[in-house]
Amino acid sequence: MSPPRERLPQRERLIFEYSRPGRGATDQWPRESSAPLDIPAELARRERPLLPEVSELDVVRHFTRLSQLNFSIDTHFYPLGSCTMKYNPKACNAYAMLPQFLARHPLAPESHGQGLLACLHELQEMLRAVTGMQAVSLTPMAGAQGEFAGVAMIRAYHRARGDLARQEIIVPEAAHGTNPATATMCGCAVKEIPVGADGDVNLEALEGAVGPGTAGIMLTNPSTLGVFERKILEVAQIVHAAGGLLYYDGANLNAILGKVRPADMGFDVIHMNLHKTFSTPHGGGGPGAGAVGVSKRLEPFLPIPIVTKEADRYRWLTERDRPQSIGRLSAFMGNTGVLLRAYIYMRLLGREGMGQVGEHATLNANYLLARLARAGFEPAYPARRASHELIVTLKRMARELEVTAMDFAKRLLDYGIHAPTTYFPLLVPECLLIEPTETETKETLDAFVDAMVSIAAEAHEDPDRVRSAPHTTVVRRLDDVRAAKQLDLSWKPGARAEMPVAG
Amino acid sequence: MSKIPADLKYAQTHEWVRTLPDGVVEIGITDHAQQALGDLVFVEAPEPGRRVGAHEPFAVVESVKAASDIYSPVAGEVVAANAELASAPERINQEPYGAGWIARIRPDDPASLADLLAPADYGKLLEAEGD
Amino acid sequence: MAFIPHTPEDVAEMLAAIGVTSVEQLFEEIPAALRAGTPTSVPEALNEMEVGRLMLERASVDGLPLSFLGAGAYEHHIPAAVWAIATRGEFYSAYTPYQAEASQGTLQTIYEFQTMIANLTGMAVANASLYDGASAFAEALLMAARIHRKSSSLRVLVPRAVHPYYRDAARAITRQQGFELEEIAYESASGRTALAALAAHEGHDIAAIAIQQPNFFGVLEDADAVSEWARSRGIPVVALVNPTALALLKPPGAWRGGADVVVGEGQPLGVPLCSGGPYFGFMATRLEHVRQMPGRIVGRTLDLAGQPGFTLTLQAREQHIRRGRATSNICTNQGLMVTAATVYLSLMGARGLERVATACHARTRELIAALTRIDGVRAAFTGPCFHECVLQLDRPVGPVLARLAERDILAGVDLTPHYPELGSAFLACATETKTSADIRALAFALRDALQTQHAA
Repeated sequence: MSPPRERLPQRERLIFEYSRPGRGATDQWPRESSAPLDIPAELARRERPLLPEVSELDVVRHFTRLSQLNFSIDTHFYPLGSCTMKYNPKACNAYAMLPQFLARHPLAPESHGQGLLACLHELQEMLRAVTGMQAVSLTPMAGAQGEFAGVAMIRAYHRARGDLARQEIIVPEAAHGTNPATATMCGCAVKEIPVGADGDVNLEALEGAVGPGTAGIMLTNPSTLGVFERKILEVAQIVHAAGGLLYYDGANLNAILGKVRPADMGFDVIHMNLHKTFSTPHGGGGPGAGAVGVSKRLEPFLPIPIVTKEADRYRWLTERDRPQSIGRLSAFMGNTGVLLRAYIYMRLLGREGMGQVGEHATLNANYLLARLARAGFEPAYPARRASHELIVTLKRMARELEVTAMDFAKRLLDYGIHAPTTYFPLLVPECLLIEPTETETKETLDAFVDAMVSIAAEAHEDPDRVRSAPHTTVVRRLDDVRAAKQLDLSWKPGARAEMPVAG
Repeated sequence: MSKIPADLKYAQTHEWVRTLPDGVVEIGITDHAQQALGDLVFVEAPEPGRRVGAHEPFAVVESVKAASDIYSPVAGEVVAANAELASAPERINQEPYGAGWIARIRPDDPASLADLLAPADYGKLLEAEGD
Repeated sequence: MAFIPHTPEDVAEMLAAIGVTSVEQLFEEIPAALRAGTPTSVPEALNEMEVGRLMLERASVDGLPLSFLGAGAYEHHIPAAVWAIATRGEFYSAYTPYQAEASQGTLQTIYEFQTMIANLTGMAVANASLYDGASAFAEALLMAARIHRKSSSLRVLVPRAVHPYYRDAARAITRQQGFELEEIAYESASGRTALAALAAHEGHDIAAIAIQQPNFFGVLEDADAVSEWARSRGIPVVALVNPTALALLKPPGAWRGGADVVVGEGQPLGVPLCSGGPYFGFMATRLEHVRQMPGRIVGRTLDLAGQPGFTLTLQAREQHIRRGRATSNICTNQGLMVTAATVYLSLMGARGLERVATACHARTRELIAALTRIDGVRAAFTGPCFHECVLQLDRPVGPVLARLAERDILAGVDLTPHYPELGSAFLACATETKTSADIRALAFALRDALQTQHAA
């Protein structure tokens, strides 16, 4: 299969380059006021800030054209491992953006929010049901904030028991970077333990690592290696016996949704990435939502506010109701608009849909694993079933042909496919972490395999073409080193629109 | 295969150490380390006068794909940092053992330098790591 | 259901290719003890028509009251173009721009955003956003402490006139690393942070000081004096600002003592109120501190053919590389809201934003005049304010606000729980969205409520 021949997309100027003095979208401005300003002179701004002066049509054209330079789920297959790039249903957006939901102020009284609170309460309950956890808070604004809440709760729990020595968080060496970063943000030390050649955590190393200083362990299951942590019950037993708690990073929940519940695996606290498993949009880098679920013993520490139902009325639980809460993580109640989208999605899935998600995500990943292996690609864990994602390593190709996983990923862009995750997990050299998700058709998966096979052939016959990919995107491969050394982080007037060719 | 000059000593964390005539030691990162990091874009150097402990991180080198701590091989006082690295961090890639030196330290106990690795032992360490 | 396209034929072909006979076999590695059944307490699936109807019912329960609520979230007119563009699938369903060549739309938008925020705040560089104003405030305090080279203190000075929920969130986040927030009192007459209260910290080892402008009460602080006090003592300054107000107010970069880290809530810039989120926090700083700034940053560079392009840069500071030594654990941030804000600022420009700010200020003065004419209502503070104000009643606030809420008027935020020293006080806000008729309706309803209820 050869890549489609396409007209190259056109570059788009900066919005500032459209500016002309005196222009503006004047229909959007409030009417001019005759009332005098009584702001003291010493507090007043002397110079107008430099912002665009452009017509509304120029704004619309500019940003519409910019949007057309993006790959997105709506336009391209996006097999990014551990990101769960499934279809973002339009219904979720449409109904979350009903005027009453959009217009409601966070501090509006509960009397004027029973509709919203019903949705949020039901969302809490559905998340409890699919995870098996006892209580849920919806406030963390992303997975990383959910992790922060989780580790903070673990620390609060130990402190409340008077056990102040527990300051260590154990993470497997294959963990996502947010895990150790979170531990540090919570004032904990990080202890890494090795993962075995078969992908499971090394139990012996774990036994050696736990002790009276262990606050807890952070795990993902299926793990970041794309396989199920088979000894999870033993891991739970070891950590609990040593007095520590188990934290579940829910990034890979899509693999087991409706099939396995984190609570049953022994986890004391979990976070869920609603922007992954529950299909809220990625928006070019957020917003997400990182709801957390806990077992009974951690319930007093949940971040507030939390929705509760008393008789027929809904209300918020706050600091007064939860004096031991780790507190507030944001000004208000989290990413409500995102939560509404997750709610609508879960209502569209229903109880049967949950299991279907896990099953078809796993089916799609194992199908890709089988086809890619037969096509000559090297799975990182050939003896294991894939979860909802799989890893292939291109280390042999890198060594023999000097074509790297990065080169492969960039060449896939020319085939109209967004690259899979590269170089994560760090443990597998030259890896591609591929997650198809359940919303893709068999034909899309087959086209992906065909593209991979084609690029592998190109790596042999025309390696330079792969090494210098992409060729058909609006820009060619970008100079990262220059970006970091010659920092250009905002536009200045007088900046040249076209920069000279380097070197 | 990366270069390992015979007249230097090495730390397991991939720093090299050169003893200067006045007893001050000069420190940088090895050829292996600079290759692994890739093109360096920034160096956070220690301030002269700062005290460091043995094996304590006292500088950071940053490339586009990694930011790495540099560990002091000895306890002592920082007497100088390589000012050129502020504008030319790539000097470390180009001459890791020469113009790419990072800092100079006056050790509290020069005898502790004997614990560092000889070139041959550092070479064995790299082989074990698969260089 | 569940947007899964597979037909039974598809499934059969795929199982055959894998070499198994059932999907269940793909789960064989999972211990049987862990296998869960269908979550029976989850309701049955609804189709889109049914869910649409449900959501319409829920929304209509909440209604559209006339609102004079501010306190960190502000009702502003959002041009239709903002969300028409932001919900385009290419923006809405795009991922974090790690593959730069496939994400130039998002990356260029962020670069333009960074430029606008830097200009608005009077600082050199801005990042691509944090979760919200409150968590950005917490991150700013942590960052200020990091850049304070001459101190390893964990004590931060935060005025009592800073938003109470911001102080709560900052405490919850920074205390995990051992920080202590010390309060600075405000003057009871003016509502401004008391310079005299700073004197009590003379000679102490302080990691950073925060200033909110306008402060939570809507009162304008003497930011020049406070920033100068801090600068002359080598204490890093964290400025917490309202972006609309910056169209009229001197930006932190121009304060007499300057600022080191500037943060704020970006919601006023084209983001709907939506019961508190998603919003976005913005952050800007001096060039020399850029490596200590958490969150993503976009830079402009050249590609292989010498053409300009945009990419994430300085990623070595972030969690996915630096891991345990990262500046923060933040990964996903608020990309879509940033897109909306960039479109908003492009449409409004400096002059449009100035009109919005001026209208807000004028409406608030009108509100103060109308309400203080009522017996039993007076303004709490004498100092100049921006677009909200504190009003005091001659009786408890709660029942009065509840009475007005029954008439679908949300008159303000009850301050009694957070500032008991103010007695019966509430915070009212009037933006450019309120007309004189709205304010008259509020005044009428408030007078009515006070006359029919007896004074306490």
